Formats: sequence, C-alpha cells, structure tokens
Amino acid sequence: MSAEHGHHEENFVTKYIFSMDHKMIAKQFLVTAIIMAFIGMAMSLFFRLQIAWPEEGFPILETFLGDWAPDGQMDPNIYLALVTIHGTIMVFFVLTAGLSGTFSNLLIPLQIGARDMASGFLNMVSYWLFFISSVIMLISLFVETGPASAGWTIYPPLSALPQAIPGSGLGMTLWLVSMTIFVISSSIGSLNYIVTILNLRTKGMAMSRLPLTMWAFFVTAVIGVLSFPVLVAAVLLLIFDRSMATSFYLSDILIGGEVLNFQGGSPVLYEHLFWFLGHPEVYIVLLPALGLTSEIISTNSRKPIFGYKAMIGSILGIAFLSFIVWAHHMFVSGMSPFLGGVFTFTTLLIAIPSAVKAFNYITTLWKGNLQFTPAMMFSIGLVSTFITGGLTGLILGDSALDINVHDTYFVVGHFHIVMGLSAVFGMFAGVYHWFPKMYGRMMNKKLGYLHFWLTILGAYGTFFPMHYLGLAGLPRRYYSNTAFPMFDNLTDINEIVTICAIVGGLAQFIFLFNYFYSIFKGPKATQNPWKSNTLEWTTPVEHIHGNWPGAIPEVYRWPYDYSKPGADDDYIPQNVPLKDGEEAH
Amino acid sequence: MNFLIIALIVLAVVTVAQILRVFELSGKINNQDINDVTDEDNDRQGKYLLAFSFVFVGSTIAMTIGWWDLLLPYASSVHGEKVDNLMAISMIMIGVVFLITQPVLFYFSYKYRGVNGRKATFYAHNTKLEFIWTVVPALALTVLISYGLYVWNGIMDPEDKDSIQVEVYAKQFDWTARYAGADNKLGRANVRMVGGINSLGVISTSAKDARIADIDADIAMMKQQIAESSNAIKNAKREKTIAGLVKSRKTVIALELQTTPADLKNAEDDIVVKELHLPVGKQVQLNFRSQDIIHSAYMPHFRVQMNCVPGAHTQFIFIPTQTTAEMKEQENNPDFEFILLCNKICGAAHYNMQMKVVVETEEEYNKWISEQQTLTASLN
Repeated sequence: MSAEHGHHEENFVTKYIFSMDHKMIAKQFLVTAIIMAFIGMAMSLFFRLQIAWPEEGFPILETFLGDWAPDGQMDPNIYLALVTIHGTIMVFFVLTAGLSGTFSNLLIPLQIGARDMASGFLNMVSYWLFFISSVIMLISLFVETGPASAGWTIYPPLSALPQAIPGSGLGMTLWLVSMTIFVISSSIGSLNYIVTILNLRTKGMAMSRLPLTMWAFFVTAVIGVLSFPVLVAAVLLLIFDRSMATSFYLSDILIGGEVLNFQGGSPVLYEHLFWFLGHPEVYIVLLPALGLTSEIISTNSRKPIFGYKAMIGSILGIAFLSFIVWAHHMFVSGMSPFLGGVFTFTTLLIAIPSAVKAFNYITTLWKGNLQFTPAMMFSIGLVSTFITGGLTGLILGDSALDINVHDTYFVVGHFHIVMGLSAVFGMFAGVYHWFPKMYGRMMNKKLGYLHFWLTILGAYGTFFPMHYLGLAGLPRRYYSNTAFPMFDNLTDINEIVTICAIVGGLAQFIFLFNYFYSIFKGPKATQNPWKSNTLEWTTPVEHIHGNWPGAIPEVYRWPYDYSKPGADDDYIPQNVPLKDGEEAH
Repeated sequence: MNFLIIALIVLAVVTVAQILRVFELSGKINNQDINDVTDEDNDRQGKYLLAFSFVFVGSTIAMTIGWWDLLLPYASSVHGEKVDNLMAISMIMIGVVFLITQPVLFYFSYKYRGVNGRKATFYAHNTKLEFIWTVVPALALTVLISYGLYVWNGIMDPEDKDSIQVEVYAKQFDWTARYAGADNKLGRANVRMVGGINSLGVISTSAKDARIADIDADIAMMKQQIAESSNAIKNAKREKTIAGLVKSRKTVIALELQTTPADLKNAEDDIVVKELHLPVGKQVQLNFRSQDIIHSAYMPHFRVQMNCVPGAHTQFIFIPTQTTAEMKEQENNPDFEFILLCNKICGAAHYNMQMKVVVETEEEYNKWISEQQTLTASLN
C-alpha cells in the first residue's frame, strides 16, 4: 500500500458497512462477536438452570425456548442442542473470529507500520463471510427440529443420522454450511495476516523487533491456515455421508428397526480429522490472548517483557507441538494403545513451553511499577487461569488418568479455564487497552474494575468446582443427574456452579454498558494514554484512512524499552532513534 | 408485566449513564481525567489482588477438604489402584506448583503495585533463570510421563492373556451383555442378523433358521395383504417391502454361509442378558460393540472407560477386586450398586443409559450363569 493511498470520498455504506479499512473491519468483528457471545452465554445459563434444578420449571426458559421448554422444563434434545450451539458459538464465533478477527485486524497494520492490510478487499470479504456464517448459525436455532445437537465436535454417526437425534436433520445441515463458510472466512483472514506481517513491515521493523502480539498473531494465522482446511475436509466427507450415501464414517448401522446401507466407514476417521483441527484450535484461541497480554503486562509493569526471545521460542514450540497431540482427545476411542502412549508423551511436552511463558509473565511483574488499568487486571487474571487450567491438563493428557476422567466435568472445568477463561480474559484486556485506539475515547475505569472482580469470582466459582464433580465421575452433557443415586450428593456443587455462572453472566452486562456508553459518551482519549512504545500509539486519535497522516514512522528499537536506565521517561517508543552510545537490546 | 421489566431495565441503564456523566463532569472541573489510574487505585487493586489470592487458595483447600469424600469412588479393580496412585502423585505435583505460582503471582502484583514516580527495574532476561525453569519442568515431566506410560501399558497389555470373554453391546438407549458360555469363545455377530430374540445379531445356524422363519412369515403376510387389497399405491409399497425382505433373507443366508463351522459352534452356547455379572478376582475382557452411534461404556468404580464404535470392535481388560456385597458394607450403603453408564453424547435419553453391574464370588457367579438360558435354547 503506497503513501498516495490517501483520502477518497466515502459514503455511509463504504465507511461503515462494506468498509475495506482494517480498523473498521476490526470493530465489525468485535461487535458481531459481542452479540454472539451474549447469545452463547445466555444458552449456557439456560442449561445450567436445567442441570442444577432438573425438577424445577423456570418461566424464563419458556419465554425464550417456547414449546421446547413447556412449563419452563427443558426438553432433553434441546438441552443437547443448547450445549452444542453454546460450544460452537464460543469456540469459533467468539474466540476464533472475535478474538483474531478483531485484534489481528486492528493491530497488525498499526503495530508493524503499514497503511492497511495487504488486501483490504479480501479483508472485507473475510468479515462478510463470517457475518453470513453467523447468520446461518443463528437461523439454525429456528428450525422446527432444532439446531445441531450432537455436541460441538459433531461426531458421526450421531451427527449423520436424523433418526438418532432430531437436531441432525436440517439443523445439522445448516451447521455444516455455516462452518464451511466460516472456515473460508477464517482462511482468507489468516492468509491476509501472514502476508501483511511478512511483507508490509515498516523500515527497521525486523522480525526480531516485532511486538509479541504480532508474533502471536502471525503464528496463530499460520496454525489456522494449516489446520482449518482439515476441518473442511472432515465436514465435506460428513456432508457426503449425509446426503450422497457414501460411507466414509458409517458402517454396520441398525437404527429405527432398519439396517442402513453403509459399509466400511469408521467414525474414528472423523475423530482424527476433527481433532487435527480441534487441538490446534485451542492454540488459535489461546495464542492471540497471550500475545495481547504480553503487550499489556509489559506496558503496565513499566518493564520489558521478561525473556522476549524465550517467549517467541515458546510460541513457536507450542505451535509445533499443537500439531502432534490431537489424539489425546481419543485415548478411549478404541485407537491403538501404542498411539495413546505416543500422544501422552507429546502432549505432556507442551507443558514445558507453557511453563516458560507463565514464569516469564510472573518475572515481568517482579520489581515492576504496576499500573492496574482494567486491562492489566484482566491480564493478571489470564496468567492465573492459564496456570490453573494448564496444570489440570497434565491429568487429562496422561492416558492412564484420562480413562477415568474422560468426558466428565473435569474436562469441562479444565478447558473452560485454560482456553475459555484465558482467551476471554485476554479479549477483555485487549478491549480495555485498545478501546482508545478503536473509538478515540476511554472506557470507564471503575466499571472496568467492577466487571473484572465479578467476572473472575463468578468464573472461577463456576469452573473450579467442576473438577470435583468430574473426579466424582459425573459425565458431561447429561440432561439430568437424577438417574444415578451415586450422583445424588453432588447436587449442592451443581447449584453453586450455576449460581456463580449467573453472577458471572450478569456481570457481563456491566461490560456491555461500559462499551456502548463509552463509544458515544466516554471521555476523549489522548494519543498515547498508556505511555506505550508500540507504533499504533503514534497514529492520530481520530482514525484516518492510511493510518499515518505523513510518512510511516521508521523503527529503531525493540518495543520493550520501558524504564530503560539513562532515559528520562519510563518509555521510549519504537520510532525514537537510539541516542549516541545507547545500546540496542 | 414484561413491559414493566423492560421499562425498569431501561430506567436503570439511563440512571447509571447519568451518574457516570456526573462523575466525568466533576472530574473535568477538578481538571483530572477520571480514568487515569492513580496511586490510590493501584494501592487498592493491589490489595484486592492479594486478598483474592487468599480467598482463591483458601477456597481451593476448603473445597478439597469439604468434598474429599465425594471424589474418586473407591477403586474396585486391580489397575484402578495403580491409576489412583498415579493420580495422587500427579495431583500432589500440580498441587504444589499451583500453591506456589498462584500466591507468587498475586503477591508480586501486590508488592510491586505502582507508585507515581518510582522507576521499574529494567530486567529483560536472564539465561540461567530461563534455563532452570525449562529444565525443572522437563525433569518433572519425564517422571510423570514415564510413570504414566508404565501404568498405561500395564492396563492396555496385561501379562495374563486369559480372560473371561464378555460382550457389552450398546444401542440407543440401553446396554446388553453376552457371555461366551462354556467354551469362553464369543460367536460372530452382525447387525444384519438382528431380529426377534436375537437382539445382538449373533450368527448361528439356529439364529439363521429363526430369522428366515420370521422373514418368510412377513413375506407371506405381505403377499396375503396384497391379495386382499385393491389399493394400488399401498400394494406397490408392499411389493417394495417384499423386495427388501427377500434381500434381507439372502443376506442372512450368506452371513451364515460365510461363517466358519467353528465360529457357528462358538455362538451356540452364548448367553444374552441385561445385567452384567462379574466374578471377583477374575480377569475379564469386555468386548464392546454398538449398533447405531458411538456410545462410551464408563464404569467409574473400576476406572474403566471405552468407546463403543459402530462397525468396529473395542475392548477393555480388568480384574474386579470387590464384590457388590463387600462394597455395600464398606460404603455403609445397602443400596450401593456398581454401574455402567453411557459417557458419549448419544441423544435424548443419554443421561439415563445405564446397566447394573454385579460383582460376586466365583460360586455365586457360576450359579448365576448356570441359571441363564443360552441364545440357542431361547430361539428353539
């Protein structure tokens, strides 16, 4: 993108709807993701009400679910549908598209010093495909037989046979169409991010001077490009099995009194294909969050991030390992026990780069001058959840231990903390930190604190006790735990979980209010409110097309010169040349 | 009513917005930005973070103690005890790391809370330190991985190859068990043989004969209905059904022909029941099949879990160590039962797909199994 890419006339449609400006597209991703997040969250609260008080009727359920919850008592199939769509929305629409889509778009050009993405048009296409896939996913909620209900992993044959569960009819078809479009959107986006970071860095911005945020987004995009197409392959084969009578995943099936004409396929093949995306997906969700917090923690500690090179190394290590651990989701699938051993080994190896990251964050705080902005609070929360959830991963990654906790609430607790909470906290941190860059205004600090405290208490209160439920043997995705006397004394824990979930859920309305209030009424931001070093804070507060009014600034140093001895200020932006005799990092 | 609630919410939102405005404007008058993080904020939030660390660690300990009795039901299998040992060691390891890192994280947050004018220490890396916290987790993991793999291999590949053969058969939404009988060899089975009493599709000569007789009866009935009816559309449908039945008939005959005489014989004494009985102290091999979708056979007391995959065979070998009667006494619960439950999402009644498991002494087991009728006997 060249310097003469200046101002051209824009009308409402080209500015706000079919915009090709990365900053506007970022905001579109964010607002869409917030809407999806609230829908996904509402679903989780609905099914938490059901599982905690299975005998009670809740009028609110009838209000929202209508005939699917007569007298406020949920139908078992709808319980499974809500679980499925909650997972799908949160993993893909909020934490993949919402997180990467928002912050990769906003920050990549700004932090590397580019006028825009490599292809503004493809960027726009990426958002609109995401929008279409979101709409299709939401439409599937209104299908008479219900939306997809086979769990977010949609294992066949359950997902292939409408005879097995009503959600596998039209609802599943829409799910598959939506996800296919989603993957196209995500792949286009990722390619754009990779190309932009590789080619459009400003003068002096060597890869070794990239902010960790950029490294995280870059590696995330690479993982996405390599793994998401495999999901499309899995989904396409499933579509063939469903609609064209092929037998990729199906064999020897007798259902509804009829032997189906499938022979020779194996659902385990689907599991392999799905988790070949599914596991890297965890890091597609997590790495951007870690990237954002690396930046926020360093800035607000007024200290360089500890072990910059080790941080890059661990991102690369995690990315590489993430491709060779997928079958730890399949220890009890019936695959060869030898593979179980191999995947236990590779899985536990991931703990090493993860531990390095956690220790480096903690050391960054050490002897810092911590500024507790709401973004910083959420970042510290992220480090906490990342450690907590990472540790329980050592239990699940160990095949011998996984036998007994596989598919129990232990798993639910684990991944919600390590991937769900960490990513959500990273996303909140990012929104609070870069809000001034998005809207030129500040979010309210006090509401931010309130939001943080209610969220971390509600979230830990929701997901921590789940580990105990899992160790007691409680399976996930049960509509009710009343069928087994051995689970009777777990009722209290289930009620605590639901109450905490409601508290945490309601707290999000504080964020929602703060967000929209601040867009219109928040105090005007200054150019560099957090006294940060990275290039995005050298752009004017009011957005302009092309980002910098004059030439793109040149970069002379790494992004973490905070509190450098010999400097007057406790920060030196990347575009400040080295002084005579000053040592570069 | 609904209108009132909506009006109340709107009112609340507007009120909060107005209060915020007042704060912001008063801040403007005093010439300060209310969103700047002050020393007071840092102090307060730092203290909150420290307090949180106490609440967090404290409630973790409280939950663990308070709910101790609920965790991990007593291990009633030989390998289950080994798994629990591994679990205990892993839990202690992660517990120690948890109890060190979390308090340190929050303590540093508190200790180094910002003070205006103080300068942070420029401390960008330390190769030695980073080396240490790469190597120490690596060593700890080497221990965990080796121990884990040792236990895993012991479970998946037991030295003793002699097991009582039992099939556990899953379908929406119940379980069926098949015992191999005196020869301890299960006969072959196929979903295309399923019909009437033969709910597991066991392939034997008598099963074939019974199935053929059923199909022939159905065909005869259809033919009679066609003869009696003049409804052309319905008759066309019936013709189609007959064609399907004829095809099934061929398949059934072919399945029997393709099965070796030895396998046919193995099936003769198979026993099909709705309750799983196991003799205590004997090694048993559960062979899993599913006729429709993936189910998962989960027996929390035995630390056993394996998916049941349509079109494939899976298995799990273990030795129960406690009888149901012993467990009733030990748990001081006369209603105690071992259970097998479904742990892979499988549809509307997934939450209630279960089978009672009875572990008994060898004499009791032998007595029980001698009272069960073989499939061949029930077919004849």
